[in-house]
Amino acid sequence: MEKSVVFSNKLLPYLLLIPQLIITFVFFYWPASQAVWQSFLREDAFGLTSEFVGLENYTSLFAQPEYYASMLVTVVFSSLVAALSLSIALLFATQADKNLKAAGAYKTLMIWPYAVAPAVAGVLWIFMFHPSLGTLARPLRWMNFDWNPLLNGNHAMALVVMAAVWKQISYNFLFFLAGLQSIPKSVLEAGAIDGAGPMRRFWTITFPLLSPTTFFLLVVNVVYVFFDTFGIIDAVTGGGPAGATTTMVYKVFADGRLGGDLGGSAAQSVVLMVIVIALTAIQFKYVERKVQY
Amino acid sequence: MAFRQFGAAAAVTVVLALATPAHAVTEIQWWHAMTGGNNDIVNKLAEEFNASQSDYKVVPTFKGSYPDTMNAGIAAFRAGTAPHIIQVFEVGTATMMSATGAIKPVYQLMKDAGEPFDPKAYLPAITGYYSTSKGDMLSFPFNSSSTVMWINKDELKKAGIAEIPKTWPEVFDAAKKLKAAGHTTCGFSNAWASWVHIEQFSAWHNAPIGTKANGLDGFDTVLTFNSPLHVKHLENLIELQKDKTYDYAGRANASENRFASGECAIFLTSSGYYATAKSTAKFDFTSAPMPYYPDVKGAPQNSIIGGASLWVMGGKKPEEYKGVAKFFTFLSATERQADLHQKSGYLPITKAAYEKTVKDGFYEKNPTLQTPLKELTNKEPTENSRGLRFGNMVQMRDLWAEELEAALAGKKTAKEALDAAVARGNAMLRTFEKTAK
Repeated sequence: MEKSVVFSNKLLPYLLLIPQLIITFVFFYWPASQAVWQSFLREDAFGLTSEFVGLENYTSLFAQPEYYASMLVTVVFSSLVAALSLSIALLFATQADKNLKAAGAYKTLMIWPYAVAPAVAGVLWIFMFHPSLGTLARPLRWMNFDWNPLLNGNHAMALVVMAAVWKQISYNFLFFLAGLQSIPKSVLEAGAIDGAGPMRRFWTITFPLLSPTTFFLLVVNVVYVFFDTFGIIDAVTGGGPAGATTTMVYKVFADGRLGGDLGGSAAQSVVLMVIVIALTAIQFKYVERKVQY
Repeated sequence: MAFRQFGAAAAVTVVLALATPAHAVTEIQWWHAMTGGNNDIVNKLAEEFNASQSDYKVVPTFKGSYPDTMNAGIAAFRAGTAPHIIQVFEVGTATMMSATGAIKPVYQLMKDAGEPFDPKAYLPAITGYYSTSKGDMLSFPFNSSSTVMWINKDELKKAGIAEIPKTWPEVFDAAKKLKAAGHTTCGFSNAWASWVHIEQFSAWHNAPIGTKANGLDGFDTVLTFNSPLHVKHLENLIELQKDKTYDYAGRANASENRFASGECAIFLTSSGYYATAKSTAKFDFTSAPMPYYPDVKGAPQNSIIGGASLWVMGGKKPEEYKGVAKFFTFLSATERQADLHQKSGYLPITKAAYEKTVKDGFYEKNPTLQTPLKELTNKEPTENSRGLRFGNMVQMRDLWAEELEAALAGKKTAKEALDAAVARGNAMLRTFEKTAK
């Protein structure tokens, strides 16, 4: 008697796959292909006239010095946000993983910020750090620190990075905590018996065993900073001052929505799409090698 | 079975037919961007109009900020579900008027609907902004304002400044005195950076922002606001920013409360700030005309307006247009305009409403509200001060502000920043020109 179940119907597997395929097609491939098509058109905001212009949107895009500036801003912004949100979340998760009183409450509180919408998160940070209104900006001024995100690009960058990191820590925390809890205690205990201190145990046992989670989060965080942060930037700095916080995705938003330049905006999203696909591919090809499943 | 379904459907139809009044009420959708006290005014206007007649029902819907509302309207038009009336801020004018077919010009609407409509009854300083060069009114001005200089009289007195400064050099002096008297973080400031320091500044000094009467006469306009006058003004600001005698306060108006909190005793922003100032400032304040450079010939000229107008979207039924036209007639009534002006601080749009407010002696008690009207009507408008109409103006303002920020942060000289603002703006205008045909 044959033990493994074999479906005799050749059609059934495809039928079972269809819902997933339809969702992927309708919500991912179709809009993506629309963006690609749009990037070859020049259209007014209302869509009354539409003209095929070939690669003109791309050539004019790459002729703008501001576009290269936004690339640089994106590199700075995404490395800061990804590095900070991952490392801080890991620190919090390792602390929460200890035997604490009220660990449950602590964990719940850590997860809350994730439920806050990006724009709202931005507004919260404005209230704290607005040069003249901010509750935290005033003490800075008393200490004679000239806090001015309205004109100082570094201050503005610090502000959006803080808001974006704060927003993402919860998510990373959740995954790190789950990852930590799945590490067998016996391994750590064996290390302790062999005389390894807490730091050594962390770097030689916990961190390598956590690498699948870390890798997953790295990919997710890079996608987050590339695509999901424009709400925060829009609310906090509007891309300013002088473009100091205009990331590539914010420029897509500004040109398409505020500027009504759908073709140029679509061309930028295509470029962005290519970059993120490439980044993810690189991560899977090179970083994943170091992951120990 | 089929018969039973038919029966049920028929019954529903009969019930519906009985439920509807003798004549159907035509709904008119009105999307707007008014918040706070002004939102209440919008709702009250709709209620009053709906109560005044029984054929039409105006339904106001708040759609977020000005850019949000405009984008919602554009997206709805693309999806075929545009509202009848949409409130668009002044900088969206070029985008809206170039969308032939997407909009119904107001003069056309009034003519088709047979509503009495005399364009001459409206204040030209306001309607000029929303009219073609031939004088045909394209959109209906709703809330208009202009830039004024808000003054904290108590603080000026404390700093020993006897008279409200009239010129820029006087403002700079006053700001230095205020700084010495304890206003260490802000001698003077302003909201709406580009609007105040580029658009209004140019009109007030009778200097062009761009060719072709600032774009009113054609989309092939070229920006020219990198003149020596503009450079000199920005250089002055850069110098004063260094020790916060002037302190930049952002592109929009989020920092207006730096005036109400007492931090900045001199603050340039919209005259529409009146209602908020009245309710939040705990000191004696007033508004004064914008300062000017006395060595510029002809200055001060006249200011231009800001605010928003109501656009009528295209492709609706004649019956619905009739309702919109009736609503505009309702809004233009002298009593209503005078009342709106006196409550909200926005400008009256008809001459009759202005004259009535003067006759009522309202300005003697509230001189603050007359400042923008005095500015707008200071002189007969010239090519440089009728208004402005640049495509992509929504984003253009941000672009100009970006360059102002770079200059004030010391990253560029005044000349470099204005040259860049002009060059980048012109590139944007050429893209717009190609799509606007």
